Order: sequence, then structure tokens, then C-alpha cells
Amino acid sequence: MEYLLHILVIAGIYIILALSLNLIVGYTGLPALGHAAFSCIGAYTSSLLALNMGLSPWIGLLIGACVAALSGIVIGYPAVRLKGDYLALATFGLGVIVYSIAKNWVSLTRGPMGLPGIPGFSIAGFQLSEIWSYLLLILVFVVITIFIINRIVNSPFGRILRSIREDEIASQALGKNTIKYKLLVFIIGAFFAGIAGSLYAHYITFIDPSSFTVMESITILLMVIFGGMGNISGSMVGAVILVVFPELLRFLGMPSSIAAPMRQMIYGLLLVVLMLRRPQGIMGAYRFK
Amino acid sequence: MLLEVRNLTAYYDTVLALDDISLNINEGEIVAMIGPNGAGKSTALKAICGLVKPKSGEVLFRGENINGKQPYQLVEKGLCLVPEGRRVFTSMTVLENLEMGGYTVSSGQSSVVRERIEKVFELFPVLKERRKQRSGTLSSGEQQMLAIGRALMLKPKLLLLDEPSLGLSPNYMDTVFEKIKEINIDGTTILLVEQNARMALEYANRGYVFEIGKIAFEDKAKNLLKNDLVRKSFLGER
Repeated sequence: MEYLLHILVIAGIYIILALSLNLIVGYTGLPALGHAAFSCIGAYTSSLLALNMGLSPWIGLLIGACVAALSGIVIGYPAVRLKGDYLALATFGLGVIVYSIAKNWVSLTRGPMGLPGIPGFSIAGFQLSEIWSYLLLILVFVVITIFIINRIVNSPFGRILRSIREDEIASQALGKNTIKYKLLVFIIGAFFAGIAGSLYAHYITFIDPSSFTVMESITILLMVIFGGMGNISGSMVGAVILVVFPELLRFLGMPSSIAAPMRQMIYGLLLVVLMLRRPQGIMGAYRFK
Repeated sequence: MLLEVRNLTAYYDTVLALDDISLNINEGEIVAMIGPNGAGKSTALKAICGLVKPKSGEVLFRGENINGKQPYQLVEKGLCLVPEGRRVFTSMTVLENLEMGGYTVSSGQSSVVRERIEKVFELFPVLKERRKQRSGTLSSGEQQMLAIGRALMLKPKLLLLDEPSLGLSPNYMDTVFEKIKEINIDGTTILLVEQNARMALEYANRGYVFEIGKIAFEDKAKNLLKNDLVRKSFLGER
């Protein structure tokens, strides 16, 4: 039971990550490959504030999200001036930089040793310790995220994002400052990724740089593509399936010597088959041009 | 003078695309830029509206130097481009496409937006019929009308059209040029680039003939149509 709840909590955190990346990748059409960097910044900010300054995780969460949003400006500023593959490579590079900083700035982040003993959340003096209480907490954040992202994509602002995805030059010709909108999208996406990172840190109570590698960014991108770009329910389905499916493979009863590589291969095969049969993703309508 | 281009030079990497171009457009005119592929017509248009950065020279719009301005800033000044190949937002409906044109300028004044949409529908009744339809399902002629209508939502003083007849059936070409004339009579100055030189010159007041990055001729459109050299080299007559 604990195990099941834990999987659901992790799935919830990934839903927030996938939704916020979907705003950047799916709705605005910017192939960003550094999303884990934002959650890394959110996670480390709120953990360090809690450990070094005794700040409440709630305030840390908010500051972490804001610092991540700030980093969204820094990362987005050069990135939004690039197109397509170049943007993907630049965000990839920036993701590597953030990971390297977390790994090598030992005096601050303790590097590969990680940060143990991060305090959990408490509500009105009660420490959240049971997993189900975290599940409820994450659920609340997931609902808030869905609500806000849904409002964003269905607003006039959201339509401008779609116009940038469909044809940036036409959008410019209509008088839209597309650079500004793309940067805003990066900031919003980074903000939510920061929240997800901070939730993760205070739930697990331990973080190290290995949770925020570029592979992690790719996993989040996979969830977005798998579920369907430019589709909110798609991101949720994608995140849940890609979290739960590898866990299900544990129960296939394979001999332990081949279990791990087999799981990786089945997982990879599933992705290949899906991209061949349904390139727009499970729920999606849009695919990369 | 509405638009004045002085000694404009532009490169694509190291390839010279515009070689010391000067042209001017008066208020109320239709001016056509014609010439063979790669002569620099489209580049000139893009340099005017900020999509290509010129190496040297200047562009004056209503007496103000607009070099280096972003496209969105030029739209605010009343200079608006209908890009080549129509480029409507295919997943949006006709109405949504028009509303996209309305967002910036009227900043929330929905009555102004509605008024302008009605005007576009008056000009292009077929768009009204299809207003709920996804614009990707329109014919290329209808898409071109939508692209022009969308630009008109910004109420431009100078409308730049890049190859408005590209990929249209001969029937639609006539319609589109008739509409361009109507828009012009309504008070919008028009600068267009066109492969279909004869058609463009029939509707334009003046024309510039481009050849390998330079302007070879400039004259009244009807004189260009009569000019033997232009007829032989650019209109395909013997």
C-alpha cells in the first residue's frame, strides 16, 4: 500500500513537471530540453533555505519557485532567440550547466553527497509524515497547476502562444512581440517546475544532483510527447503511464539477473512503437513539424 | 511621401541580395515590385518590415527612420506585412484568425475588433460564410483572403503583400487583385511583390523592375507594360 501511494505521489510530481513543460513545448512549440534544471533550482533553493536558515518549507517552496522563474529568464533569454533544433541544444546545454553547478559547488550543495534530512511539510503544527497526507498535498498542487495552465492556454495569451507554434513569422507580422511571449512562457514553466522540485525535495527529504540530470529532462519531455503535445489531459496520462509502467514491469517475474535490462528494453520498445503508430501521442492533436 | 528607401544593401551571409536599392512610395498608391526569381524583391520587402537586417542604407516610414525596428513595433506604426505563402493559423477558425489580428492594436476594445471584423467580412463575404471553419480547410484562394483580412484587422497605413497570387487559380488571382484595388481605394497604400508581373502592373500605379539585386527600371505601370525591353525580358513576349 505504501508503495502504491509512493508511486502516485511521484506520478503527481511528474504531472506538474509535464504540464509546465507542455506549456513550453506543446502549446508554444519550443523544443526545450532543460526542464529538470528548473526543478533542480527549486528543490535546492527550498532545501537549503530549510536546512541552513530553518525556513518553513512552505515559504521555501514559494521562494524556490520564484528563483526557478528567475532562472527561467536567465535560461530563456538566450534560448528564445533560437529556433527549433538550436533551441533544443541550447536548453540541453544550460541543463548540463545547472546540473554541473549542483554537483560541483560542494561548499553550498554538498555536491554528489546530496542534502540529507530535509524537513517535511507541516500544516498548523502537524508534521506531514504519512504518505497519504503527502498524496493529498500533491493532489492539491496538481489541481492548482491544471487550473492555472488551463486558464492560461484558453486565454487570448494562450492563443498567441498557439500562433507562435503554428507560424512565428505570421505572428510577428500581426504585431506580436514573440520574443516577449516566449520568454514569459519559459518563466511560467520554470515557476511550476520549481514548485515540483521543491515538493519532491521535502517529500523524499533527500536530494542529490543525480535526480536532476539531463536524462530527467528527457523523461519529462517524453511524458509530454507520449501523452500528446498541446493537451492537458495528455500530459497527465503521459506522466502517469511513464511512472507506473516501469513499476508494473517489476511484477513480470523475470529472473533478477535480466530484470533490469529487460525493463529498460521493454520501456524503450514501447516508446518506439507508440511513436510509429501514434506520433501525435495518446491524446494529442499536434506533432512536431 | 509615405515610405522612402535609401541606398539599401542587404546580404544573406556573404551573398549580396540587395545592391544599393532606392525606392519611394506615396500615400494612396499601389506599387508593384516585379522581376525574376532571386532578384531581391522579397528581400527588399523583408528588409522594409524588419525581418531581414540591412547591411547599410535606411528605410524611412512617414519621415521616421525605422531601421532595426522589430516587426511588432512597425505594426504599431501602421506598416503591416502579409507574408508569402499565406501563413494562416491552420488549427484556428477563420474568426479566431481575424481576432488574432485584433489583439494588439485595439487592446481589449472588443467593439472596435467587432467593427473591423465586420468590415473584413464586407470585403470578403466568403470569409463570413466560413467564419466557424478551421482555416486549414479553406482553399488557397480563401486562405489568401483570410491572410489579407487578418492584416487589415491592424488597420495598416501601408500594406506589404508578398506574392499574393502565389499558388492561386487564375480565377482567384483576379479576385484577389480586385480586392487589393478595393482596399487601396479605401485608403490603404499598398506595396506588393509579384511573380505574375503582367497582372501586378495592370493593377498597380507604379512599378519597380528588379534584376539581380538591383532596380533595372522604374516607371508608371502602364509605361512599363508598353516598354519593349520589359515586355521581352519580364513579361515573356516576343
